[in-house]
Amino acid sequence: MADASAYVKTNAEIQVYDDDVRAEDVAGQWQLMWWRFKRHKVAVIAGICVLFIYLVGIFAEFLSPMDPNDHHTRYTYAPPQNVDLFHDGQWLPHVKGYQVEIDQFTLRRTFVTDEEKIIPIGLFVKGDEYKMWGLIPWDRHLIGPLNPRDPFYLWGADRLGRDMLSRVIHGARVSMSIGLVGVAISLVLGIILGGISGYFGGWIDNAIQRIIEFLKSIPTIPLWMGLAAAIPLTWEPLYVYFAITVLISLIGWTGLAREVRGKVISMKGDDFVIAARLDGLRTNKIITRHLVPSFLSHIIAQTTLAIPDMILSETALSFLGIGLQPPIVSWGVLLKEAQNINAVATAPWLMIPGLAVVFAVLTLNFLGDGMRDAADPYSHH
Amino acid sequence: MTKTPVLEIRDLQTHFGAREGLIKAVDGVSMTVNRGETLAVVGESGCGKSITAWSVMNLVPKPGKIVGGSINLYDRNGGSVDIAALDPKSAEMRAIRGARVAMIFQEPMTSLSPVHTIGNQIVEMIRLHQPVTKKEAEAQAVRMLDRVGIPKPTERMAAYPFQMSGGMRQRVVIAMALSCNADLLIADEPTTALDVTTQANILELMKELQAEHHTSMILITHDLGVVAEVADEVAVMYLGRAVEQTDVFTLFDHAQHPYSRALLGSIPELGKTRGQRLTAIRGMIPHPLNRPLGCTFNTRCPMAIKGACDAVEPDLIQTGPHHHTRCLAYQNGYTHHFDKKPEGAMRPSETIGGRAHV
Amino acid sequence: MHIYIFKRVLMMIPTLILISIVAFLVIQLPPGDFLTALTAGMEGRMTPEEIAYLRERYGLNDPMWLQYWKWISGIVFEGDFGYSFQWRRPVSELIWSHLGLTVLISFVTLLFVWAVSFPIGVLSAVRQYSFSDYFFTFIGFIGLATPNFLLALVLMYVGFKYFGQSVGGLFSPEYQNAPWSWAKLGDLMAHLWIPIIVIGTAKTAELIRVMRANLLDELHKPYVATARSKGLGEMRTLIKYPIRIALNPFISTIGWVLPSLVSGAVITAVVLNLPTTGPLLLGALRSQDMYLAGSFILMLSTLTVVGTLISDILLAWLDPRIRYQ
Repeated sequence: MADASAYVKTNAEIQVYDDDVRAEDVAGQWQLMWWRFKRHKVAVIAGICVLFIYLVGIFAEFLSPMDPNDHHTRYTYAPPQNVDLFHDGQWLPHVKGYQVEIDQFTLRRTFVTDEEKIIPIGLFVKGDEYKMWGLIPWDRHLIGPLNPRDPFYLWGADRLGRDMLSRVIHGARVSMSIGLVGVAISLVLGIILGGISGYFGGWIDNAIQRIIEFLKSIPTIPLWMGLAAAIPLTWEPLYVYFAITVLISLIGWTGLAREVRGKVISMKGDDFVIAARLDGLRTNKIITRHLVPSFLSHIIAQTTLAIPDMILSETALSFLGIGLQPPIVSWGVLLKEAQNINAVATAPWLMIPGLAVVFAVLTLNFLGDGMRDAADPYSHH
Repeated sequence: MTKTPVLEIRDLQTHFGAREGLIKAVDGVSMTVNRGETLAVVGESGCGKSITAWSVMNLVPKPGKIVGGSINLYDRNGGSVDIAALDPKSAEMRAIRGARVAMIFQEPMTSLSPVHTIGNQIVEMIRLHQPVTKKEAEAQAVRMLDRVGIPKPTERMAAYPFQMSGGMRQRVVIAMALSCNADLLIADEPTTALDVTTQANILELMKELQAEHHTSMILITHDLGVVAEVADEVAVMYLGRAVEQTDVFTLFDHAQHPYSRALLGSIPELGKTRGQRLTAIRGMIPHPLNRPLGCTFNTRCPMAIKGACDAVEPDLIQTGPHHHTRCLAYQNGYTHHFDKKPEGAMRPSETIGGRAHV
Repeated sequence: MHIYIFKRVLMMIPTLILISIVAFLVIQLPPGDFLTALTAGMEGRMTPEEIAYLRERYGLNDPMWLQYWKWISGIVFEGDFGYSFQWRRPVSELIWSHLGLTVLISFVTLLFVWAVSFPIGVLSAVRQYSFSDYFFTFIGFIGLATPNFLLALVLMYVGFKYFGQSVGGLFSPEYQNAPWSWAKLGDLMAHLWIPIIVIGTAKTAELIRVMRANLLDELHKPYVATARSKGLGEMRTLIKYPIRIALNPFISTIGWVLPSLVSGAVITAVVLNLPTTGPLLLGALRSQDMYLAGSFILMLSTLTVVGTLISDILLAWLDPRIRYQ
C-alpha cells in the first residue's frame, strides 16, 4: 500500500506541475494547429470566405443598398443592372435606368435598359433609414444611388420589386446565425450527453446510444415538418426563429455527441485522467477541466462541419413554407419565391439565394475539413 | 558438398521518388542464397532489408522502383531468369511469385484476408500455379495444414483467420507459402509478432519444412538470436547496402565490418550479468535523403579515419574464402591507415538465450 | 446467423415503439384536438353521428396513454390509421399508394447512388491523386453543398427554358389516371430519372468519399500484399480482397443513407410535384390534418428502420466477423 500512496503523491505533484504550465502547453498546441492549418491553402481561402459571409451578415443594414422589405411594384422582376464607372470618358460611376415595354399581344411587361437615363451611384450614400442591430439609427449605406428614389437593383428585383441584393445580404444574417445558434445548442447537448455516455459507460451509455441510433434512423425532413407545423402561426418572428433553431439542433446534436463520446472513451484511460481521478477530483471537474480542453480543437472542427447541415436544414424547411416566415428574410424564405417555375423563367436571379447557400456550405465544409486535418493530423476520414 | 546458388543479387538498386527527393532505399546490394540454405538479412529498421525482399518478389510498393542491378533466380537445371528485368505485372513474373518464390509476412493477423476462409486462401494459391481440380487442391491444402501442425485440418479449412490464435495463423501462412513447393521462401520477420514460446515452435517448424522440401530461405530479422538459431549465411545491411556477408559462425566469431561488430556488441551476454554494459551504437542512422559521403557508416564508426572513410566509398571485398566485407580497412591501398585490426566478437551459442533487438 | 437475425429483429421493436410515440406526439402537438380543427374547417359538413363516432373511436376524453394505445392498436391489429379530415376518407385509403411510390423512388435512388458511387470511389482510391480523383472530389464537394430542392429547381429551369417542357411529375398527362400497364411503367421510367438524380446526388457525393476512404484504408493492408505475392493478377487481387472488404462498410451506410433519401424524396416531391408522400404530407401539415400527417411520419420512419434491418442482415451475410460474433 505504501507504493500506491507514493504513486498518488507523485501524481499530485504532476498535477501541480500540470497547472503551472497549462497556459503555455495549450498555446503550443494551438500554435501547432495554426501552422498545420496555414499549410492547407484551400482551407485558408475558405476561412476567409466564411469570415466574409459572417461580416456581411453582421453589417447587413449598412451593406445592403435598401431596406430588404421595401417594395416597388413599378419594378416587379426588374433585371440586374450593370455598374459603369465612366460616362463619355468622364469618371462617373452609374447604372442605367429602366424602360418598360409592353408586348402588344401577350401584354407582358419587359424591362429594357434605358441608355439615356443615367443613375449616378456612390459609396457611403444616404438612403433608407435603419437601426443598426436594431439599436443605432443611421441612414448611410455602403453603396447606393445618389438619389435614393432612383431604382438600384444590382441583382435584380423580385415579385414585389424588392432588391434581391439587399435581401440576400439580410438573408445571410438569419441563415448563417441559425447555423451558429443551432450548432451551439447541439454542441451543449452533444458535450453533455456524449460526455456522460463516454465517461460513465454501462447502461447510461447504452441508453444514450440507442436514442442517438433512433434519432438517426428517422427521416429528418418529415419529422421536422411535423414538429414545425405545430409552431403556432401567431407567434412572433423571433420566437419562430428560435423554435426552428431548437428543432434543427434537437436532431443535429447526435453527430457531435458521438464524436465527444469517442474522444472521451479513448482518453478516459490516459494517464492524466487517471491521475486526476486518483487526486479525488470530482467527475464533472475531470470532464470540464481535463477532458474537454484536450479534445476542444477536434470538437471545434467537427462543429464547423456541422454548421452546413444546420443551414441546409433551415433552408429546406423555410423553402417548404413551414420554417421561417416572412417578414423574416432567410435564404430559404427567399428561395420559396423560386418555387414557381414560371417566375424563375422570367427572373432567374430569384435563384441567387441558392448560390449563396451553396457558397456558404461549400466554404464551411472546406474550412471544417482543413481544421479537422489540423486538429487531428493522423485521422483520415 | 558444393554450394549452388538459387538466388544471386548483384548491385541491386531500388529507389523511391518521394516528393522531398530521391530515397535510395536499396543502393548497390549484392548477396547470394545457396540451395537448401538460409540467408539471414539483419540490420536496423530502415536499412533496406524489407525493400530488398520486396525487390526479389518484384513487388516494390509505389513510388519505389528497381532501377539497376540484377536478381538472378536459378532453377535446378542451372537455367536462370533475371527478376529485376521482368515487368512486375507480366504473366512471367506472376508465375514466379508463389510458385518459385513465396513470401511469409510479419503480422499473421493482417496478412490473411479477414473475410475469406483459410481454405479458400490456400486453395487459391494452389490453383493459381497447379493444374488441379478444386477437390484435389482442397485435399492438398488439408495435407499442408496437417503438416504444419493444425489440429483437425479438414474442419479448419472453413475457419476464418479471426477464429484462430496468432501462432496458428502463422502456421496457416507458412502452409500457404509452401503449398506450391517454392524454391525460395522469403520470410519477413515471421516471428516478431508472436510470443516467445510460439516463436520457437514456428522457427522449429520452418527448419523442418525447409529440410524436407530443400527450400532455400531469406530470413529478414533484427533478432540476432533467431539468426544464430536458423541461419547458414548472414548478410548485414546498413543504409541500403550489404556491408558484410559470410557464414553464421564466421560472423559471430570473426565479424569484420565495424557495424556488424557493433550489432553483436549490443547483445546481452548470458552468465555475465554483473558489470556488463551493452554497447549501444553511437549516433543516429542518417536520414535517407542525407547519406554521408564515403562509407555510409563513417559518421557512427569508432574506427573511421578522417580523409579516407568520409571520402572514399569502399567496395565489397572478398576477405576470406567465404567472406565479403565493405570496409576500407580491408581494401588494398587503405589497410595501412588502420593500425588496429578488428577482432572477433562472441560465439553464436552464447547468444541464444538473451535475445537482442537491434 | 439465425440467432443474429432474431436478435436484430428483437432490437428493432423498441425503436419502432419509440417511433410510434413520436408520431403520436406529432399528432397531439397542435393546440386543441381534431374536433377543434373540424369545427374550424369543416363546419356543418359532418353529421353529429360521425363526430360522435369519431370521438368514441379515438377516445378523445381518455387519458393520453389510452389514446395512444387505441391509436397504435388500431394500426397494428386492424390497419386503421385514423381519419383524414381534409380528404374525408380513412387515412389507410390514402397512404398506401403514395407510400408505394415513395418506397419505389427511395429504393431505385439507393441503387443509383450505389451504382454510381461504388465504381467512382474505387477509381478515386486506386488512382489516388490522379486527375480523375481530384475531379470527382471537386464534383463531390459541389454535390454535397447543393440542397436537393435547389438542384430540382435548376433542372426544372433548364428544362423549361431550353427544352420548353415541364420536367415535373412522374407521369405524362395521358397516363396520369390510366390503369397500370407496360406503357405506363415505361412512362414512369422516363420521368423517374430526374427525381432520382435530384435526390441521389448529395448522397452519391458522400458515398464516393466514404468508399474512397474505406478502400484507401484497405489497399495498404498486408493481406493485399499476400495476395500479390501469391502471383495473383492486380485486377483479381483488387476485386477479391480490398474492394470486397471495403464493400462491407459501404453496405452498412444504408442505415444513414436511407433516412436522408426518404427525407430528400419528400422535399423533392414538393418541388417536382410528384404524387408521392411529400406533397400530401405537406398539405396535411398545413391544414393540420394530423392523423394523415402522423401516419406518414410513422410509416416513413418504419420504412427506414426496416431498411436498416435489411442492411444489417446483408452485412452479417457478407462479413463473417459480424456473423460469428
